[in-house]
Amino acid sequence: MPKITYILPDGLETVLDAEPGISVMRTAVSNGVPGIVAECGGSAMCATCHVYVETEDPEGLAAVSDVEDEMLDCTASERCANSRLSCQLQVSEDITVRLPETQL
Amino acid sequence: MTIQSTAQEVPVLELDPFSDEFLNDPYEAHEQMREAGPVFWLERYQLYGVARHTEVSQVLADHETYVSSRGVGISDFAKEKPWRPPSLLLEADPPHHTKARHVVSHIMTPKVLRGLKEGFQERADELVERVAAGKGTVDGVADLAEAYPLEVFPDFIGLPKDGRENLLPYGTMVFNTFGPRNSHFERAMERGAKAQAWIMEQCQPGAPAPDGLGAKIHAAAAEAGYNEEDQAKLLRSFLSAGVDTTVHGIGNALQCLAENPEQFGYLREDPSLARAAFEETVRYSSPVQTFFRTTNKDAELSGIRIPEGSKVLMFLAAANRDPRQWENPARFDISRKAAGHVGFGFGVHACLGQMLARLEGECFLTALVRHVEKLEPAGEPVQQLNNTLRGLDSLPLRLTAA
Ligand code: HEM
Ligand code: FES
Repeated sequence: MPKITYILPDGLETVLDAEPGISVMRTAVSNGVPGIVAECGGSAMCATCHVYVETEDPEGLAAVSDVEDEMLDCTASERCANSRLSCQLQVSEDITVRLPETQL
Repeated sequence: MTIQSTAQEVPVLELDPFSDEFLNDPYEAHEQMREAGPVFWLERYQLYGVARHTEVSQVLADHETYVSSRGVGISDFAKEKPWRPPSLLLEADPPHHTKARHVVSHIMTPKVLRGLKEGFQERADELVERVAAGKGTVDGVADLAEAYPLEVFPDFIGLPKDGRENLLPYGTMVFNTFGPRNSHFERAMERGAKAQAWIMEQCQPGAPAPDGLGAKIHAAAAEAGYNEEDQAKLLRSFLSAGVDTTVHGIGNALQCLAENPEQFGYLREDPSLARAAFEETVRYSSPVQTFFRTTNKDAELSGIRIPEGSKVLMFLAAANRDPRQWENPARFDISRKAAGHVGFGFGVHACLGQMLARLEGECFLTALVRHVEKLEPAGEPVQQLNNTLRGLDSLPLRLTAA
């Protein structure tokens, strides 16, 4: 199973298994990783599941959709080139994501 | 009793989810449905039901199999003509739905809503402070739960001051018509008929105030190539879905807090829990209880085959109390992580107004704990029975001003 590494704002890291079909957001939330609020439960409506993808050229990630793009303009922490909504991310390879300072 | 129409036997239930008894207190019946199986057959209405969190979520997520364009009420638009022209949002499928949704989501972003917060908070503070300073006993529904959304929402859309009393009867009618033609349906149609003309007038391009959301929707829809009739229909979605829902959300929150004084105490100690308290209300006492889908092809769900053209009733509120998903689901607990409930739906049709609803709920409950020290029941609440919604007609409360 691919692994997801979450880097928290304080630098601590948590590594979890990525189950097929389960989003990076859902994996974090169901394992109690702090820092992903995911208020809308994964409907791309709230922009509180923002992450920075640290892996360079990650394979098998879906492209940013129009809706995600718009939502990324609404994140509480700065949007960067590697910003994604973790509720829209499913992974097939190992990946590292960094959590922003704040989601609200 | 079971029928042998499918791969696995479908449990058959005789209960009527639109009877007064059920609508008054659905929770035991919810449990019966969850325990009957992952999918069950409702004999009375000849349709399938799902009440567990997993299956409700799966139906919501699979919009290609379980479509909305054949109606999200009990009637199948492929067989019966809808009573009003279908919504371009709620009663549509991709790709038409995707286009219409983008017109609106583009305007009501979380960023735009954040900009509204200060104003919404001020109005909530004014209202609650005034009501709390008055006589000690109030009606939580008329004086607070209806008063607040009816003040901020029509202003936000840009509706005139006159005629706003039509908003609630219209919304009540729309939500009742998703159910069967029972007495709630018929009575709501009678009362709503008058409101309908006013609503349609307000939805016309040019009618709403130029600086409100309504005018913005019209402009964005025009730019996307929608004609005037469709521009009006897009705004109609907001006037149908945006008022009764938040009124019931706030009313139910007041009831939950009055009946659980320790939770009200936690909220007073830490008002930053206001948003979480509203979220927990939408889980625990879901304003929108049910929606339907229609299978557009033969389907199989958790081992049960569902033929094409079947109506499937999703019990959102039962999923929100499924013990497979939640610890102590029948406990109102504002400290729990309620995210992941399906009270706002999920997937492509997830509630477009959910961030606005949260904003209203948060501002209202923040004001409540600022201005009210003690909140106590002062009589029996009266449930308002509706084929889709759960909310109150009245909620006698005793308030002690802070
Ligand atoms: C607590 C308050 C609210 C609740 C519980 C609620 C619930 C829901 C639910 C469950 C759905 C999904 C329908 C489906 O899957 O078929 C929905 C859709 C929708 N809601 Fe809400 N709602 C609320 C407030 C609002 C507000 C304030 C607005 C408008 C400003 C709104 C506008 C809509 C619209 C336009 C849709 C259709 C979206 C689509 O089909 O793409 N709602 N709502
Ligand atoms: S969970 Fe809300 S946008 Fe991802």
